Amino acid sequence: MNGPVVILGSGLAGITVARELRKLDPTVALRIVTADDGAFYSKPMLSNALAGGKTADQLAIAGREALAGQLQAEILAGTRVTAIRPAERVVATNRGDIAYGRLVLALGARPLRLPLAGDGAGDVLSVNSLDDYRRFRERLAGRGNVAILGAGLIGCEFANDLRTAGIGVQVFDIAPQPLGRLLPPQAGAFYRDGLAAAGVEFRLGTGIARIERAGDSLLLLDGGNRAYAADVIVSAVGLQPETTLAAAAGLACGRGIVVDRRLAASMADIYAVGDCAEVAGLGLPFVMPIMQQARALARTLAGTPTEVAYPAMPVVVKTPACPAVVCPPPAGAEGRWREEAAADGVRALFEISAGRALGFALVGKAIAGKQELAAGMPAWL
Amino acid sequence: MKKFQCVVCGWVYDEAAGDPEHGIAPGTAWADVPESWSCPDCGVAKADFEMVEV
Repeated sequence: MNGPVVILGSGLAGITVARELRKLDPTVALRIVTADDGAFYSKPMLSNALAGGKTADQLAIAGREALAGQLQAEILAGTRVTAIRPAERVVATNRGDIAYGRLVLALGARPLRLPLAGDGAGDVLSVNSLDDYRRFRERLAGRGNVAILGAGLIGCEFANDLRTAGIGVQVFDIAPQPLGRLLPPQAGAFYRDGLAAAGVEFRLGTGIARIERAGDSLLLLDGGNRAYAADVIVSAVGLQPETTLAAAAGLACGRGIVVDRRLAASMADIYAVGDCAEVAGLGLPFVMPIMQQARALARTLAGTPTEVAYPAMPVVVKTPACPAVVCPPPAGAEGRWREEAAADGVRALFEISAGRALGFALVGKAIAGKQELAAGMPAWL
Repeated sequence: MKKFQCVVCGWVYDEAAGDPEHGIAPGTAWADVPESWSCPDCGVAKADFEMVEV
């Protein structure tokens, strides 16, 4: 228990834990280890940066030194963790070993990638950090068309943002509608139409198998060898919680690093938060759950063991071309969607047999009902 | 009346509109929003983020 609180990862989860703990304990030693440059930025803002007129550099909210000063923490940037050694309470890095009293894993998630053949496959970009985003904007400069693989939340947000900047966009997905995991069919159709009206070209029911270079552009080929041209390709097909280091250290991992309601992992004095964590079986890669987790964990680390609470936490999809707010039912929940479609929006409730709603999806003008619906949802934890 | 944007999630506080669903009347100046208030979209505390005038 002696020794500093060491936080691995300087994303929203890691920094918020540091911030909340510092509010409760002004003197505990805090060390934050990060492979990137240690600047604080908000990942949700990457997908509307063009609409906001922001360059990649302008997305950094605070540089490493300013952040370290605000948090009264040491931020070890450019430091990649190679192993966690729980028996010795040591984290091994490319810059030497770091001892910890308590260890917080805030490692985030890694982008999933489609298996792609062709000499252009290596040109497909993932955007999961500010550095990635900077590279994307460099490739984008002066080009006219972007292909996005994946019509999920991130893919649709990037698509809308590019359209706001007047750049051509194609969105590919094997699924028949965008936001397939979040919207039932009528809401999905309304949402698709809204983005299409803003110029997003959806290529749904289309699986891309290979990418070929064609001059300084790229060709995307589907299983039937139909070709689509684009200048830049971004892959947004999903995220995998970062569990490699945890699993290698012998920590229990499911889809994410398994933690209980106090964010405690399967070995003493190790905790996990954010996109890498599976809290009581739930993986919720959104901001509000991170805030709830960070506040609970800070209280625990400051001496008052606290369980995280998850009230209903609707997710706002930031696509101005078609507003959408979703509150997905818990995975495995039994029930059915009941959709009310109007000309200006769709209101969908996920109802269990007693007529109670466990989740909802609102698109278009129906988003006005978000607050009232959220208030009626049961808490998840 | 001014507008301020949450730097974490992009939600915009419009002083003219307030946030009545969370007890902040329309017309409430940003400075008068209580410190206990948090961003309705992402939960970040008022004290912890910059609201940038937009």
